[in-house]
Amino acid sequence: MSQKPVQFKLNGEEKAVFVEGGQNLLDVLRRGVGDLSPKYGCGQGTCGACTVLIDGEPHLSCLTLAETVEGRSLRSTGGLANGATLDPLQDAFMKHFAAQCGFCTSGMLMAARALLDKTPNPTREQIVEGISGNICRCTGYEPIIDAILDAAHSSGGRRTA
Amino acid sequence: MSISVKTFSSAAEAAQALSSDHAARFMGGGTLVMRAVNAGDQSFNTIVLAKDATLKQIQQQGDRIVIGAGVTMSQILASRELEFLHQVARAVGGPAIRNMATVGGNLFAEHPYGDMTAALLVLDGSVTMAGGQTAALADFLKTRAREPRALVASISIARPQSGVFKFRKVSRVKPKGVSLMTIAAWVPQSGGRIHDARVAYSSMGPTPMRVPAVEQALEGASLDEAGIANALAVATSGLEPPTDAISSSWYRKEVAPVHLKRALLGR
Repeated sequence: MSQKPVQFKLNGEEKAVFVEGGQNLLDVLRRGVGDLSPKYGCGQGTCGACTVLIDGEPHLSCLTLAETVEGRSLRSTGGLANGATLDPLQDAFMKHFAAQCGFCTSGMLMAARALLDKTPNPTREQIVEGISGNICRCTGYEPIIDAILDAAHSSGGRRTA
Repeated sequence: MSISVKTFSSAAEAAQALSSDHAARFMGGGTLVMRAVNAGDQSFNTIVLAKDATLKQIQQQGDRIVIGAGVTMSQILASRELEFLHQVARAVGGPAIRNMATVGGNLFAEHPYGDMTAALLVLDGSVTMAGGQTAALADFLKTRAREPRALVASISIARPQSGVFKFRKVSRVKPKGVSLMTIAAWVPQSGGRIHDARVAYSSMGPTPMRVPAVEQALEGASLDEAGIANALAVATSGLEPPTDAISSSWYRKEVAPVHLKRALLGR
């Protein structure tokens, strides 16, 4: 089995890890560097549970070949909070009961983070579009949309952490 | 998992590696190839990558626009000169998929995917391979399955005049779902009559395709309900739409005329 060394930044920290040929980024994040915040849902790009930000843009880590993130900067839900201070999105998700089983939540938060980083005051339609690649089977989406709207209004969309 | 990954600096070298190894597959954005890897696809054991900036370029050439095969849906959405394709790019996946999925990859997407390809078909798309050979997109799609060893470098399309290009993706889930059928049409009119229309579908056959029966029925017709009636009558003539998790072949045939009408009349 051939292995390659890959270095990247994850939530501001330098990481170095060996990856196998064909290994996807999600697997490397979860098993290689121990960040369990992105979730394995479908493995085919349908559900969005594995969404992470690569150089600020949302990507599906299960469809990203791990070695292609060499030298890039990644963000996952694991890095949203700053100590005990949560990201405004995380606060709003709690306030609006935007998580039920919680499996989609990590991907939803990253999709929402990517949206608010670019569009601090999104319309409801922009939010629906922003999370259109993320499937939630519990909430019916409305609490999630409300939470993202609230986070945008309460923080100007910017990360306060 | 024992997959070897070969990265090349030019598309030409990648094409060479691809042509000499039948167990190699080229990866653009990864939405098709990594999906296959995750599903345990045993039909390939090598992934070929190309870090070639020319694959990511969008260039104007006279009245045509050349789109590199590695251009993502997000790049299309960021391009002013491709504004007419924004509605098409937006119909593909969510934001994360659009940051990854490429125009070149879309040519190889099986139903219920491949929405962009229907649009490229009616925009007089032609494909240029890494070796410089060119082919009309419709011809390329016919031989795609038989000759999978070449590498697509770019796709050239005609710029539509305003109001002529129409696009409709039909899904069962709002706002986003995979395609029940996707309809693209280029409908030029002169003197109130349709002339030289092009119509294409995705998800209505093994590959996206032009629909000559509909195109012929539109010739000389007016763009209104009565005028397009003949075209609607032959909407699925000679087609064998696929049955998949989204819909049966029968259902696709039944609803196709309804959606074609809405697409053509902008309803």
